[in-house]
Amino acid sequence: MAKSQIPDALLVQMYVSGDEAALATLIKRHQARLYNFIYSKVGDRDLADDFFQDTFIKVVNTLKSGSFYNEKGKFLPWIMRIASNLIVDYFRKNKNIKMQRDTDEFSIFSIIKDSEPGIETVMISNQINFDLSKIIEELPEDQKQVLIMRYYNDMSFKEIAEITGTSLNTCLGRMRYAIQNLRKIIEKNQISLTA
Amino acid sequence: MAKLYSDRKLATKKLLPKKETIQFILQYSKALRVVKVGNLNFETIAN
Repeated sequence: MAKSQIPDALLVQMYVSGDEAALATLIKRHQARLYNFIYSKVGDRDLADDFFQDTFIKVVNTLKSGSFYNEKGKFLPWIMRIASNLIVDYFRKNKNIKMQRDTDEFSIFSIIKDSEPGIETVMISNQINFDLSKIIEELPEDQKQVLIMRYYNDMSFKEIAEITGTSLNTCLGRMRYAIQNLRKIIEKNQISLTA
Repeated sequence: MAKLYSDRKLATKKLLPKKETIQFILQYSKALRVVKVGNLNFETIAN
């Protein structure tokens, strides 16, 4: 009789008596149903392969030690139960990941910090920049030009002097007057430019 | 008569374990030897 027609119970007996090919037949016969059963529970191919392998290792160990298996003709339900128990054990173990809750003494956020500025800081910063740009608009044109080139365009005084066609000292002087005038406007209008 | 627009359910492909997995189980089975001494089982795996 071809191996594919032999009932499970007989194949198990043949395997226990030393016929390794009987195990190959059993695996071939039930691999699809068992694998799909495992996959339906875990939803991951690699994990399903691991469980499939562990299930048959358990089957091999049990049959070779000649104990526990006495369910004649019920090979598939038996291996499915083994797989199911392995899956339940796995998820039970993985559920026990320690959870950290905040207490009065310790907060996890004292260790983990968010480096991004908060929405409040961003809004205040935008407001300051907006106020400052309005004050700068009040400055005389030559002073405003030097200040913008220096701070907003990040140019050196030498470059500013070359572009504006003035001496370095004139640029430095205009910058000094620009800063003094800004202070005056801020004090006069009692503007606060700090967060 | 109203038309039915529901899609025909696609047949799901049967999944099978990797060939390596089955090969490993068969090799493991060949290599494993269990010796019973009294109440004890001694397992040996041949390289």
